[in-house]
Amino acid sequence: MTDTGTIVAFWALAALTLGAAVLAATTRNLLHAVLALILSFIGVAGLYITLSADFVAVAQVLIYAGAIAVLIIFAIMLTPNAGRRNDETFFRLPALGIAAVMASTLAAVGVATDWPQATRGPFTETSQAIGEAMLNQYILPFEIASVLLLVAMLGAIVIVRED
Amino acid sequence: MNPLTLSLSKGTELFLAEWWDIRDLGNPVARFLELVDDAGGPDWLPYVISGVIGILAITGWLVTSQLAFVWIERRLISRIQVRVGPNRVGPMGLLQPVADAIKLLTKEAITVQAADRWVFWLAPSLVVLPALLAFAVVPFGEQMVLADLSVGVLFVIASSSLATIAVFMAGWSSNNKYSLLGAMRSVAMFISYEVPQVMALLAITIFTSTMSLSGIVNWQEEYHVWFIFLQPLAFLVFLIAGAVEVNRSPTDISEAESEIVAGYHTEYSGIKFGFFYVAEYFATFGIAAVGVTLFLGGWTLFGLEEWIPGWMLFLGKVYGFFFLFIWSRGTLPRLRIDQLMSFAWKFLLPISLVNVLLVGLEVLLWQENGLSAGLVLPIFAVVNFAMAGLLIYAWAKLMRPLSQRAPRVRLMQEVGAIVYGQEAEA
Amino acid sequence: MESITLDHYLVLSALVFGVGLYLALAKRNAVGVLIGVELMFNAVNLTLIAFSRFSESATPIAGHVFVLFVITVSAAEAAVALALAVLIYRQRRSIDIDKLNLLRW
Repeated sequence: MTDTGTIVAFWALAALTLGAAVLAATTRNLLHAVLALILSFIGVAGLYITLSADFVAVAQVLIYAGAIAVLIIFAIMLTPNAGRRNDETFFRLPALGIAAVMASTLAAVGVATDWPQATRGPFTETSQAIGEAMLNQYILPFEIASVLLLVAMLGAIVIVRED
Repeated sequence: MNPLTLSLSKGTELFLAEWWDIRDLGNPVARFLELVDDAGGPDWLPYVISGVIGILAITGWLVTSQLAFVWIERRLISRIQVRVGPNRVGPMGLLQPVADAIKLLTKEAITVQAADRWVFWLAPSLVVLPALLAFAVVPFGEQMVLADLSVGVLFVIASSSLATIAVFMAGWSSNNKYSLLGAMRSVAMFISYEVPQVMALLAITIFTSTMSLSGIVNWQEEYHVWFIFLQPLAFLVFLIAGAVEVNRSPTDISEAESEIVAGYHTEYSGIKFGFFYVAEYFATFGIAAVGVTLFLGGWTLFGLEEWIPGWMLFLGKVYGFFFLFIWSRGTLPRLRIDQLMSFAWKFLLPISLVNVLLVGLEVLLWQENGLSAGLVLPIFAVVNFAMAGLLIYAWAKLMRPLSQRAPRVRLMQEVGAIVYGQEAEA
Repeated sequence: MESITLDHYLVLSALVFGVGLYLALAKRNAVGVLIGVELMFNAVNLTLIAFSRFSESATPIAGHVFVLFVITVSAAEAAVALALAVLIYRQRRSIDIDKLNLLRW
């Protein structure tokens, strides 16, 4: 990926994703953290587009930014008297250390490993290939995932039922 | 060579046109881009310029249409309600929208003291974006599309789901209980009606086996049938879900004046309120444009597109679709929130699921047996119309209130006895 | 800077994963923890898509399919986790993680 547009897009989207993630970690207000999280989701969707994964990018916006974020907002609104602050426990410094070690290890391993590089270039159209893979090769995981979604939905309803 | 200029030059091949040929508005743009390309400069320049031209053209068209439709809607609603409507500013009140715009621009945009300033300021700017985004994938003419994504239908749904976030930001940052109530109502409604809407659009993509909006129009042109005839139930579901998504009466419970002041934009004034007002119109135009593309054949009109530019037909259809919204606003009373929510989950979702099953079965029969389209599509249309009527009737009968469902109660009502719980009626 | 490679995406997702891990470990509010978990999911998804684009494989599309499964599972996880948060709030009038000490000695 050497064309100017992709390079500019990558750096802009990387800055957006990481900046929004850091904002979600540092802001004092829980709702602001959720909004920053949504921004980060959208940045990741943009990164998917630079990787020519159009279907996954749109699914990311639809499910993460449109559904999961809304779910989080609902959870905050359904706990009206709980704290709205987004501060840390006493575990803050150790957590920072663990996260830094983890991130640097992952990055170092990722960079140091000699991954088998492909030369086939970007995907042209992914949705059809995804559909075929899901309903042929991965039909069992697909069905299990649907059952899992149903069970999770029923479980969530049962847990929060007031009666 | 970027995809856009590629498609534009394909369009010029088709019409072998000069820049002044407005049958395809892509022609002048393509000529201009060729000029830019010949003049040298970096390879991304034509791409950026074509994007900017497209954005400016679409936004300009939306703003003019919006101004016109403010007047048309107010006059039409007045006519429906046996009033006159705005008739003072200019001839027949034609300048009323301009006067309104100037009023909104010159009014003070108050920021509430207790508001969350950044979010309060961001929300009106963000609320317009999702409405505009949908137009990026809508084809205005045969080659006139800003970005012909292969996942166009999903893109439309995803961009409209982002509007939820902006509405929530507005309602929450106002720090007003009515704003928050309106915002939460709006969020609940959005995510409820998204599900049947996706099911309705899924039924169409099963038929076309493409999610690109241009591809869907081409399919309708190829088989000489609009999806409103092939998929009446999907159209109905899309229309209702669309009306809910754009927050217009009769489904405007998130800004219901009689219940929660003005909902999520209670605390907004001046041009900030203007943004919400404009966003509602933009979103309605967006739903109308997507609906026309998916169900009414887009730029085609059974051969008439040879004589009239396709984009004019498209705009005419969009305005016609918009009229449906005005009509329902003038005719139907506002629903309650519980009615709306149970309508989405208990009525629209089951019948659209059955519809998807039916469509899957039909396409399977059609593709597996290699039948000719001219034979099966009329049969499918008849079957789908019959199924739509049957489903709506049967499901409505099944989901009636309990009091009407019990045979004993009906019997007692027939003999004129007083039924417990229904004394008021009896 | 002249070209974007797999390493760029791997480093970026490692950083996002680190931020998510920090959030999940250190935040007091249950919703804050969940935000961290979602960020970690996103970082992992990004690596999967990057590998599917850049790395040699017989079925490159499998990365996309796997990401879609992860999205599905994380939606289910978010629903259950938030239901639990609401339930805990009903019991304790708070969703602060460090006040949930019923199992402590």
